Amino acid sequence: MPHPTHWKGKELPNVLRRLFDVPGGHRLAVARQHGAYSTIGATLFDKSPFELIELVKDSGLRGRGGAGFPTGMKWSFVPRGTGKPVYLVINADEGEPGTFKDRLLMARDPHLLIEGMICTGWALGVRTAYIYVRGEMLPQIQALNHAIREAYDAGLLGENIAGSRYSLDIYVHRGAGAYICGEETALINSLEGYKGQPRLKPPFPAVSGAFANPTCVNNVETIMAVPWILTHGAKAYRRWGTDKSPGSKLFSIAGDIGRPGVYEIPLGMPMPEFFELAGGVVGELQGCIPGGSSAPVLNAEECAKAAMDYESLAGLKSMLGSGAVMPFNATRDPVAILRTLTRFYAHESCGQCTPCREGTGYAHRVLDQVAEGKGRDGDIDHVRDLADQFEWTTICPLATADAWPIKSFTGKFRPAFDAYLAKNPDRAKPRELTQLEPGAFM
Amino acid sequence: MTTATTPNVQEDLQRIAKKWKDKPGSLIMVLHEVQERLGCVPRNVCLELAKLIDVPVARIYEVVTFYNYFKTEAPGKHILSVCTGTACHLKGASKVLESLSKELGIKEGESSADKEFHLQSVRCVGCCGMAPVVMVNGAIHGKLKPESSGKEIVAQYRGK
Repeated sequence: MPHPTHWKGKELPNVLRRLFDVPGGHRLAVARQHGAYSTIGATLFDKSPFELIELVKDSGLRGRGGAGFPTGMKWSFVPRGTGKPVYLVINADEGEPGTFKDRLLMARDPHLLIEGMICTGWALGVRTAYIYVRGEMLPQIQALNHAIREAYDAGLLGENIAGSRYSLDIYVHRGAGAYICGEETALINSLEGYKGQPRLKPPFPAVSGAFANPTCVNNVETIMAVPWILTHGAKAYRRWGTDKSPGSKLFSIAGDIGRPGVYEIPLGMPMPEFFELAGGVVGELQGCIPGGSSAPVLNAEECAKAAMDYESLAGLKSMLGSGAVMPFNATRDPVAILRTLTRFYAHESCGQCTPCREGTGYAHRVLDQVAEGKGRDGDIDHVRDLADQFEWTTICPLATADAWPIKSFTGKFRPAFDAYLAKNPDRAKPRELTQLEPGAFM
Repeated sequence: MTTATTPNVQEDLQRIAKKWKDKPGSLIMVLHEVQERLGCVPRNVCLELAKLIDVPVARIYEVVTFYNYFKTEAPGKHILSVCTGTACHLKGASKVLESLSKELGIKEGESSADKEFHLQSVRCVGCCGMAPVVMVNGAIHGKLKPESSGKEIVAQYRGK
């Protein structure tokens, strides 16, 4: 199904989706017909790096990987004139369950990513850049390698890009299947050939990142918005979205929805309207995970009030995250959903910090017992208490990403959990701890 | 227990090591190439690699076992990866797994006796719009009917 161009009489933003429905758009010749690399030349090189950073600051572009940190500000943290090389690393380790936007972007429009990297590289004084791609994404890796070769052949990468004094090399690095490598310091460790375990911050990557040099890590979608902003200006980008969440964003929607897929919409669109755009909820809406699996779940009343921007969802004590929207209807069992989610986080814990390594697994095993009808009185409060203890007590936010769904699901759908406890005739007996020994599910 | 690698494998390892040895941080790329060639990265190969790229074997083994993608044992010929991400879960991933398991007579994480199929569950593969999804040797099969998926997929790959 082609991406809709209009919605309720208004044109939908076209910053990122320009080649979604163009056959062969991943090839340079076709991409060029649609404006690829139009910024590479006077548009970019007549601007000083400082001006470009200011422009991105003015546009209000925020990191699209999950945290929503202002991109221009992140760039301004990268030190200059230290004599050390500055690296740009593109985070394409898209692994948050429910998220599938970067995958589409890289397959359909790899040249826009390269163009965005050249712009970003110019702003930060980068000579060498890496794209860290999730290991499973073979078609995307092939598309990127092909596009990079084409760009080198056309003089758009390598020495003196398009006749300028700027030079940039891009390498594709393949991940090997670890969710935690989406965290920027774990990603850097993995890039250096180590286990993907996060590093303690500070020092922040901007000061000491890959190979102990200043490093800027940005999401694919963030960087791909830069050429458009450079061409059309910050004000044009701000015509969409809200004051604090300007511009457009890709949302990947799946679950109980009429037309699952990737949509580019202005930030701030009310959630019910977005559901309508995506073909409407199938069945009666029970709840929705609004921003990837770690975002706290919303119940149906909250969905009705929510809008698709950073502030609105933060106001509902959830988050926009990576823009993975997952509505589920009344036939779905919240207990089973949470059980699957906690299994994921327990499996993906890197094992570095004790609260996460032990806590995520333990919480999962208790929920396993509950879901199998062997739950005891107090199990749910126990798990919630545990989640409180491993939230924000670790180097990276993985444990927190497990705590949030645990607390929101058990808080908002408590009757469903209590119904499972009621199935166990022995629920008042104390639990034997041997039942919770680490299982073989790893 | 270790067994020596065959001369053929030796040659490949030397070629791969030569290509990457001087590039910093290339261990993961080396392992990708080794696994592409051998289907897995067994212990004896790790020992061999350690000498060739001058990296302690403990460093190689910790990386091999940390990442999901690297295997120390060769799996079956066709690798069936059932996605158990949240969207697939909603659309019946557990029934898909059950159906495949029944069809092949093996459990999750096992290979069939004739080494033709390997069945595993994986976390979200990022095709949530096509849920429920099974990845076979890297190819995506989406929008499956959970109950009949086992028969359909196995029939498509058996003997190929």
